[in-house]
Amino acid sequence: MSIIVKRPGLLSSFQDNGRWGYQHLGVSVTGAMDVQSHQMANLIAGNTQDCATLEITLIGPVLTFTKPCCICLTGAQMNARINDRLAPRYRPLIVRPSDTLTFETASEGTRAYLAVYGGFDLPVVMNSQSTYLRAGFGGWHGRALKKGDEIALRSTLTNDPTLLTALNERIWNQVLYLPSTLGQHTGRKSLVRLIRSDQWPAFTAQSRGAMVSSTWRVAIDSERMGYRLEGPEIALETPREMISEATTFGSIQVPRGGQPIVLMADRQTSGGYPKIGTVASVDLPILAQKKPGDEVRFTLVDVEHAQKLDRQKADALEELAVSLANIRQWLNDARANTADTANTANTANT
Amino acid sequence: MPAELIKRIRAQGDRCLLVDLGDQIDEAVGLRCLGLAERLRRLNVPGVLDVVASFTAVAIYYQPGREIGDNPINRLTELVNDIVEQIAQGHVELDARRIEIPVCYGGEHGPDLDDVAKRMDMTPDEVVAAHHTSACRVYMIGFAPGHPYIGIHDERFSLPRREVPRTALPAGSLGIANRQSTIYPNVLPGGWHIIGATPLKLFNADAVQPTLLTPGDEIVFVPIDEAQYATLKAEQEQIA
Repeated sequence: MSIIVKRPGLLSSFQDNGRWGYQHLGVSVTGAMDVQSHQMANLIAGNTQDCATLEITLIGPVLTFTKPCCICLTGAQMNARINDRLAPRYRPLIVRPSDTLTFETASEGTRAYLAVYGGFDLPVVMNSQSTYLRAGFGGWHGRALKKGDEIALRSTLTNDPTLLTALNERIWNQVLYLPSTLGQHTGRKSLVRLIRSDQWPAFTAQSRGAMVSSTWRVAIDSERMGYRLEGPEIALETPREMISEATTFGSIQVPRGGQPIVLMADRQTSGGYPKIGTVASVDLPILAQKKPGDEVRFTLVDVEHAQKLDRQKADALEELAVSLANIRQWLNDARANTADTANTANTANT
Repeated sequence: MPAELIKRIRAQGDRCLLVDLGDQIDEAVGLRCLGLAERLRRLNVPGVLDVVASFTAVAIYYQPGREIGDNPINRLTELVNDIVEQIAQGHVELDARRIEIPVCYGGEHGPDLDDVAKRMDMTPDEVVAAHHTSACRVYMIGFAPGHPYIGIHDERFSLPRREVPRTALPAGSLGIANRQSTIYPNVLPGGWHIIGATPLKLFNADAVQPTLLTPGDEIVFVPIDEAQYATLKAEQEQIA
């Protein structure tokens, strides 16, 4: 075993880029709420973007490592510490056997991501390691972490203290260039771009105006499935029956009652409510870092521009991956040479 | 012309395209949706992550990047036009299977059967007969893993859903509403009228084929009695 859960935190679950390819069977995509932070944690820890990371919500866990490894923390600011030392975010960090990782309550943002070089040793269920909390499968036994869980890693680093110290120094001295498009999004920033739906004109002029001029408060029962927004009532010009259709991450449904719901990572695959718009993918990480009580505002963007921004972010992540080649090489050279880590080349070294 | 079959193509945000092939639930439209989705899925278009049919539309999910290119909407629209053109010429080939679903109607498994019979102005036996002899198909799976939308029953079955949904229905419950049937794969809340239950398991996350049913499958409901239900249920549990 490589990580022992001393305390589980509020909601700590393994998530990846999502369980794609099964929505036509009714299987929710799930995956990281803040995909950008999830992907950056992986890249900086020396992985590809798609390994599972631990998504940590508001109150962090206490984790003790039993093997040397390289980790990275991103997303919410939770003043993580390795033993007594503050552990900076967006840096590769070497941890040694018996090191303990602790967190304070999030002071900025809601969700932190923990990646480990080589990845967590989790089964792949329907092409994904994401935890489908509602259906109880995937990730770690289909559930959030509990006290006493012991999680294995796919590969660990050398036990040789001299080599480990040299690696630590090398990694620490490496300058990381984070592209500006991947900048911080966990702070107070709350302006989120919105793409109008085809049903937009069917909403009253007052509703359309309110959508972009009001300040919306994230309601108390907002979670991984959806965010309820508190604000003015949103209404159709004439109420109508809808035939159920596919939903997406960021779709804003308006059920009867007029309180919009933004569909998030654990959304159901189909829904029958009118939709006023969809949050631009580039800005979903901003929303995913909000917690109940936080405020957001919307501004309109057309779909072509939103796609351009989305593409720029995808390209920036690729650039980041390229710029981290040194770190991946050093980590690869420092891997523990044991039989049980022999089949991990794909996850660690692409 | 595909232009006549495609009612609309609408962007659902920046990573999903919805292709509408109709405005109301209809067999021909549903078959075209299934056909389009199946063709798109089989093409394995680079950058496309998911293709999902509903009764009247097909959703195409994609991710940004080199594979899908700078103009995903144009690229996918062209592809959809080509496929719908072939479908328009009469080539809806579905990879459909014929699946028999044993159902124990009425009694404790179908608490709403008597009420449904009253609403339909028929006897419970007549409702069961009308239900299990109707030719039907899975048009869509959604709401929960393996949860099918089966139709399209004749007009006598056009009951609206219950006004007050139940908070927890047992796994296997067979519900009807709006000329459709559904089966609850797990304990779930639901507002459909429950007229029976199947002992079959509809979802198993660890199986190679995780759902009993796939979109397009032809469905035959086979009436069974209480004893057969118990036997089949026990067999299912042994497999699991």
